[in-house]
Amino acid sequence: MTAKQSLPWIAGAALIALPFVYREPYHLHILILILIWSFAYTSWSMMGRFGLVSLGHGGFMGVGAYVTALLWNHLGVSPWIGIPIAMVAAAILAMIVAYPCFRFRITGHYFVLVTLALSGIVLQVITATRDYTGGSLGYTPDRTKGSQLWALQFDDKVTWYLIALGVWAVGLAIWKWVDRSMDRYALEAISEDEDAAAAAGVNVTWEKLKITVISALMTALAGALYCQYQMFISPDTVSGISVSLQMVFAVIVGGLYVSLGPTVGAVITILLAEGLRIGFGTKAVGWDNLVYGVLLVVFIIFLPKGILGSILDRLKTARKA
Amino acid sequence: MTEIFDIYLLEAMVNGILLGGVLALLALGLNLIFGVIDVTWICYAELVMIGMYGMYYMVQVFGLPYYVAAPFTILLVAGLGALLHLLVIAPLLTAPPINQLLATGGVLFVLQSFATVAFGIDFRNLGIRMPVLKFAEMHFSYSRLLAFAAALIGMTLVYYFMKKTYVGTAIRAISQDRQIMALMGVDTRRIYLITSALGGALAGLASCLLVLQYDIHPFVGLSFGPITFLIVVLGGLGNFVGGFVAAFVFAEIISLGGLFSDLEWGYVLAFAFFIVMMFIRPAGLLARRS
Repeated sequence: MTAKQSLPWIAGAALIALPFVYREPYHLHILILILIWSFAYTSWSMMGRFGLVSLGHGGFMGVGAYVTALLWNHLGVSPWIGIPIAMVAAAILAMIVAYPCFRFRITGHYFVLVTLALSGIVLQVITATRDYTGGSLGYTPDRTKGSQLWALQFDDKVTWYLIALGVWAVGLAIWKWVDRSMDRYALEAISEDEDAAAAAGVNVTWEKLKITVISALMTALAGALYCQYQMFISPDTVSGISVSLQMVFAVIVGGLYVSLGPTVGAVITILLAEGLRIGFGTKAVGWDNLVYGVLLVVFIIFLPKGILGSILDRLKTARKA
Repeated sequence: MTEIFDIYLLEAMVNGILLGGVLALLALGLNLIFGVIDVTWICYAELVMIGMYGMYYMVQVFGLPYYVAAPFTILLVAGLGALLHLLVIAPLLTAPPINQLLATGGVLFVLQSFATVAFGIDFRNLGIRMPVLKFAEMHFSYSRLLAFAAALIGMTLVYYFMKKTYVGTAIRAISQDRQIMALMGVDTRRIYLITSALGGALAGLASCLLVLQYDIHPFVGLSFGPITFLIVVLGGLGNFVGGFVAAFVFAEIISLGGLFSDLEWGYVLAFAFFIVMMFIRPAGLLARRS
């Protein structure tokens, strides 16, 4: 095993060992949030890297979070069953919207606007069914006493850290799996030129639908995890256009085409938001998004490959020279 | 009983038409920009929001009369549109179109949070209460009638501008073939800038009208932004007439849906209708099937 091959394993072992050495709750909390959001951002970039820019992922995340919580509160269904149901629900929703888009070659602007409508509809449905979901006031899953495995509720942060770490690692594994599959080449061909790809024998609709469903499943899982960890969800934090844009922003800042890009994006955005919150307190309301927005525009204009993507590019050219 | 019900139905339908006027105005602005520059301004509704704050400050703080403040607001938002083009879109003209769209998504964040930071999150309104018109047991607010009339006038003006002036002709020509027009001696950069300012001016006009009906807060754009995007997609991006028709279809659905249940359900119904239409007419209401 070369140094390069063993690096991920060493880093993984260090991340697993971390909470047993260092248990400061606030820092662990930030780490858990970073891991959960990294996973969500990774799921977005599964599609985004192939030019399928979706602003509907806020909708998938909302479905994941709310279906899990509603099943638990109203029917007493354990999240262990509720989360898969929520994921399937998000996948079905994705298929209903994505199939006509792909079948009728709705791409680019059209696709973005259609998916934008999707996150809008989920937000409106959550707000409209306020008798069940609490509307814009938010929703809390019923608490159990202490940590309960079947209720997926844990009091200690270490357990949550390990869960989030595991899910995040699975996200990266799925990325690698897609990266090595034939589908990657098919999807890259599609993103370059759909008609040419179709002429070369790629089943365009099917390939795009596959990656969309994978992405929706993962995003719903991220939403459900976020809900179980925070024990509070509101339409604005897990669904809607701003959540979708937040995903896009983090991924573009981190780097869209590299596996750890979304993670870097999550680290930067969450540290930025927390830094502003601690530095300025309640005066910071609005400032974090102001900084986000300016950075997003600046990044798209000057550094479209993102921070990690650009660094890796630099390293590659430096090595060649 | 049925008679009263019918009156309500008719009232909701007329209110839907009145709402459709302003939505059609917004759709026209977006279509114009998309048709000419091939960009979608995700932050379009946020420009309207800034315009509404402009109206609020001019009318409530500086005490200008409504009809004096309105032209200034239109100019202000037109300027913002031109600025948005110069600062964000122009550097990205050769970039993939998705990047331009996402950059305006960043501008959406900037404008929303700028309004939060600068104006706070309180709900404000102009304090102008327009009388209610009673007609055959139906109630219509003057603000909606005014909005409808002004929106129609605005759209007619744009129509004549496009048909009768040299710049208008150039704009229409560019939306038909972007490459050739540069060869025909049209300064594309100037046309882009004028189109952006015109799109901004339409948003400014919409903000003068919406300020009469909505309370102003930093996130007010979200209450009509998404619906505007649905309208332009349903009408077919860049298709002016399609956007016009779709605006009224959507306004009717929202208005009638809101009659039978909450307003949110009106929106949900509109969204659902939209998705069904994506199956039936994916390229827009008035598109010819290829």
